[in-house]
Amino acid sequence: MKPRTRIALALIAATLAVLGTGCSTVQAVRVQPWERGLLADSIMDPGRDALGSAMMEHVTSSREAAAGGQGVGGAGCGCN
Amino acid sequence: MVSARGNPTHEFYLPMKTARNLFLVLAALTLGSVSRAQVKVGDNFPAIKGAANEAVSQIDGKVAIVDFWASWCAPCKASFPAYARLYSVYAPKGLVIVAMSVDDDPTDYARFVKRFSPGFPVSLDQGHQLVRQVSVPTMPTCYVMDRGGRVRFIHAGYHGTATDDALQKEVELLLSEK
Repeated sequence: MKPRTRIALALIAATLAVLGTGCSTVQAVRVQPWERGLLADSIMDPGRDALGSAMMEHVTSSREAAAGGQGVGGAGCGCN
Repeated sequence: MVSARGNPTHEFYLPMKTARNLFLVLAALTLGSVSRAQVKVGDNFPAIKGAANEAVSQIDGKVAIVDFWASWCAPCKASFPAYARLYSVYAPKGLVIVAMSVDDDPTDYARFVKRFSPGFPVSLDQGHQLVRQVSVPTMPTCYVMDRGGRVRFIHAGYHGTATDDALQKEVELLLSEK
């Protein structure tokens, strides 16, 4: 077998392996519904502490000139 | 690489050990990526060995509901009073309910059961043996079986009174069948 043919065959085999074994984006890894206990934990919620979130928003707005970085009220009319 | 004649060649060389390891890795990936077939309406509910089998064996020859739940699943918790009502009304007529927990930690399961004391049989699917076979589409999911062990209705998720009403009608229908 010619070297080019071998390389081509190897590339085809590698492509098939990638596409057929879950390594492609088409068949992405999916966390099964019964495996989501850790994801459902409250520790995974970044907004679980409302007071802490408000404080951090105030700090980033006032000390780091990031006012509006967390979202602002109003719809662009300038009335807020 | 140099050939016997002394000319350089471009042989595609792969050591046997490497080839074997590559094959094993690809085989493992292939097996791992094979999507499990979900249990569908008309299928027989799978039988398994182990502790969960004792709970599921109760459904043999009975109209049954097998519900998959977890202590971390809020809709599952919301569905428990409805199952308790259903069980209190239809258990004397022959309905069996088995609620299988898919909790990873048995202590979470035990704590939940102790706290909420559901009024129907619950069991722990240790190691996710059963739920892997059934391959539930979401949490919670319940399977309603006829006396022949065939899945007749599936409810993915809990949708309050809509699910309650549907379950009641389905149970009455299956209990009326001979």
